[in-house]
Parts: sequence; structure tokens; C-alpha cells
Amino acid sequence: MSENIKKFMFVNTKAPYGTVYALESLEVVLISAAFDQSVSLVFCDDGVFQIANNQNTEASGMKNFSPAYKALGDYDINKIYVETESLEERGLTLDNIMALTYEDEDDDWAEKSSIIPVTRAELADLMDEQDVVISS
Amino acid sequence: MAMLHTVNKSPFERNSLNSCLSKSKEGSTILLIEDAVVGALKGTIVADKLTAAVANKNVCVLGSDLNTRGFTEADIIDGIKIVDYAGFVDLVAEHSNVQSWL
Repeated sequence: MSENIKKFMFVNTKAPYGTVYALESLEVVLISAAFDQSVSLVFCDDGVFQIANNQNTEASGMKNFSPAYKALGDYDINKIYVETESLEERGLTLDNIMALTYEDEDDDWAEKSSIIPVTRAELADLMDEQDVVISS
Repeated sequence: MAMLHTVNKSPFERNSLNSCLSKSKEGSTILLIEDAVVGALKGTIVADKLTAAVANKNVCVLGSDLNTRGFTEADIIDGIKIVDYAGFVDLVAEHSNVQSWL
């Protein structure tokens, strides 16, 4: 099987809640984890709002699906790229982003951050390396 | 009576907030709802335009949509008011007309 593993990258560019893109993408990502592929996620442009801290839907009555991103580590999805320019343009820093982590099986299950800050230029290179890029 | 303008798209993805800011009169009200609420945040690339608008227009943001996206009063530009659903209804009743910028 191992020679058939492809590099999948899911690129999230939309703000959550106003449209259904963010939630639908998350569901596809969680399904893809069942197929033993190499999966990475990108949050850029308004996509960075998907993993903002402190989302509170009590007053709006919408479903707060942000806690589900914290499960990604358990699905062996631990490469989560966040574009730094997108944060800056929106007045945000990494402190505004949820602390998404995974347990490293090669390091005595130590808890490590899945968040990898990248520049726009680095992201272009990463996208170039993929077998499949799925954007939403 | 003045116009109420509602904007529901992110200013980082669409130009509708820009259009609204340039085509709304002094003394009118601009209410940011849904994905547009992030336009009220401090330190963004559109913050200067919002700060300028606050000087002569009544700029508001729907609090429930702001909280949904993880932000509160401390995160938004000084002078932008937070309204709840009842406040939204009041704004609609108080203004002569509503223009939706989509």
C-alpha cells in the first residue's frame, strides 16, 4: 500500500458560519483520514478565521463546530499550515489561533503543536509538492 | 430619515463593505452582520476606513455574529457599537429604508 500513498492538501480559504464551505471541508478532511493518505491542511485568507479561538455560538444559536478541529491530531493529521500574511492582514496573531496538537508516536507520545506558520511564498512551494490539492 | 446599510460579506474577500462605505451618506447607519463582522476588528487592512467612517456615520456590528467567530467588544475598533437581535430590529424600525450590500 505504501507506494500508493498520495500527498493530499486541503486548502481552507473561507470564513466559517457565513457559508457552509468550512464545515463541508472539515467533514471531507475527517473522511479522508480513513484512507491512510498523507493529509495536510492549510488555513489562509479568510480561512484563518475557521480556527480562531473562543468561538461562542450561544447567542446566534448556530452549531459551533470549531472543537472538531482539535480531533485532527487523533486522525494523524498533524501538518496544519497557517499563512502568516493572512493573519497580519486581519489584525490577528498566532495567539488568536486554537492550540491544535497531536501525540508523536515516534517521541513517546509527546504532545506537540500541529500548527505550522508559513509565509505565502513557502505555501506556494508546499502546494507545488502535492499530488492532490483540494480548495474550499 | 437616514438609511440603514447592512453588509454581510467579509471585506477581505469581497468589495461590498468598500462600496457601502463610499456610497453611504453622513449620518446613516452601517450594520455589519454575518461574515462582515470581521471588518470591525482592530489592526486589519481595512481598519483605517472603518475608523474614518465612525467619525460621521453610526457604525454597528451584530454581537452574536461577532461572538460566533470568536471575538468580543475588546477586539473591535473604538466607536463601533455592538447591537443584539433586538437592537437590529430597532435599527430597522428607526430608519426610513434598508439597503443590503451583498
